[in-house]
Amino acid sequence: MNPPTFTATPHVLRKLRRERLAALVLSGMVLAMVLPLFAIVAYLVVKGAPLINWAFLVTNPTDGMRAGGIWSALVGTVYLVVIALLVAAPIGVLCAVYLNEYARESWLTRLINLAVVNLAGVPSIVHALFGLGAFVLFAGLGRSILAASLTLAIMTLPVIIASTKEALNAVPLSFREACWNVGASRWQTIWRVVLPNSISGILTGVILQVSRTAGETAPIMFTGAVFFKKVADGALFPYALTDQCMALSMHLYTVTTQVNNAPEALPYAIAVVLLGAVLLVNATAIIVRSYLRSRKKW
Amino acid sequence: MTVTSPCITTRGLNLWYAKFQALLDVTVDIQHGIITSLIGPSGCGKTTLLRCFNRVNERYGYVTTTGEIKILGKNIYDPDVSLIELRKTVGMVFQRPNPLPISVYENVVFGLRVHNERSDLKREMLDEAVEKALTEVGLWTDLKDRLHEKATHLQLEQQQKLCIARLLPLKPEVILMDEPCSALDVEGTRAIEELMFALKGRYTIVIVTHNMAQARRASDECIFMLMGRLIEHRRTEDLFLNPQNPKTAEYIEGRYG
Repeated sequence: MNPPTFTATPHVLRKLRRERLAALVLSGMVLAMVLPLFAIVAYLVVKGAPLINWAFLVTNPTDGMRAGGIWSALVGTVYLVVIALLVAAPIGVLCAVYLNEYARESWLTRLINLAVVNLAGVPSIVHALFGLGAFVLFAGLGRSILAASLTLAIMTLPVIIASTKEALNAVPLSFREACWNVGASRWQTIWRVVLPNSISGILTGVILQVSRTAGETAPIMFTGAVFFKKVADGALFPYALTDQCMALSMHLYTVTTQVNNAPEALPYAIAVVLLGAVLLVNATAIIVRSYLRSRKKW
Repeated sequence: MTVTSPCITTRGLNLWYAKFQALLDVTVDIQHGIITSLIGPSGCGKTTLLRCFNRVNERYGYVTTTGEIKILGKNIYDPDVSLIELRKTVGMVFQRPNPLPISVYENVVFGLRVHNERSDLKREMLDEAVEKALTEVGLWTDLKDRLHEKATHLQLEQQQKLCIARLLPLKPEVILMDEPCSALDVEGTRAIEELMFALKGRYTIVIVTHNMAQARRASDECIFMLMGRLIEHRRTEDLFLNPQNPKTAEYIEGRYG
């Protein structure tokens, strides 16, 4: 018998070619995703940069949106996002805890879970119409920050529920078993073990919703956001909850579509600020998560 | 052999997971203060039976049970039975050591924290409970200076002992062990078996094991189960030397399993 030579056969060579092709195609797809992303961001920054400075951030728009800054829109967006999440996060998280930890498997819980999944996929304009009917008209809140925030909250709720459930599910069964077998009640199990070990995932899910809430235009344009509203330059709490407000997403929309002769850089600058704010929040989320993760090891 | 009285008794116990019947007409008396092992091939219902004894089965999904289980003479399906109190008396140790991702100290006092109002727990009392429980499982000398380290950083053997120690401050009567050594090496297995010997007498120990040699060397009585039925229950040496049922004989000879 000949000793083995371990040289490649034609079949092996074919396999290797396919291997290289696969790696090439797959990495090409990654590039196809990453390149446009960087191109968009770079384009926005380059186009918008000339306008962005501190004064731009903290002053009101003037001259029919054609000059001045974006303070009233920036602070309006912060109002909407913060209030929406203050409402949606506790309800969503607690709801998910119930669905995941208490609810028994039955047709009703299956229906609720199905509803949650489907609600997460409903277009935002539908939420807007719901908000208009439920909060603005029926609840009598009128067009206001409150109505707009609640509409945004309704929109984010199902997503928060879904992401929280996922985070809760990631807590190992063995931790729960440890609790059950010393006679911990469900609530003790949740409070002492499940929540502390899923909080990073829960927070990440919630914070990621900031970008969505900040970016949506449809839900707020019927329920509380306006074309123009002047506030004191740089004032931190310029709006009352019953006021209407400006918002960055809406502002971007109006500047690009409704205002003639706006400086070309203006919409880009607004987009950069919106993007920057969202990135800032997401970066915070990542830092918080990695901090919380470093404290848990299993 | 000392005279013993039954600690756990079941009469005509049937159990279904949804439509699948996992236990069929199990009637057994488990004696007080000794080590009883449950053996049988995978899926024979050993773990299911074990989980019946503190009704923790009910936490894993839909189970339907008929028949009777008495712990120290009390039917645990009586409506006045609190599962919380039951599980305090009947604790369980798992295959994979499952210390909680908190300190060694907090693991040991976890049960006390769960069963007492915060204001009733005094520092000295907790310290004492930790020292007592860790001494009982032989961890005190090793860990007394590491009480505030994370329990999940300990060696597996120490983790498993800690999981046993976690039960002790609650003054359990019964300790259920679900293959407590299968994640451990030879040394760890020996250590846990020695610990079982040290604990028997004060606690009634029921251990599920896949390892027949372990059942043989580490238990006083042995129960052989097959397809959800209890086939044979005798003193361990008798069961292994002189099995009455041919199915038991074939299993311990290793013809199937």
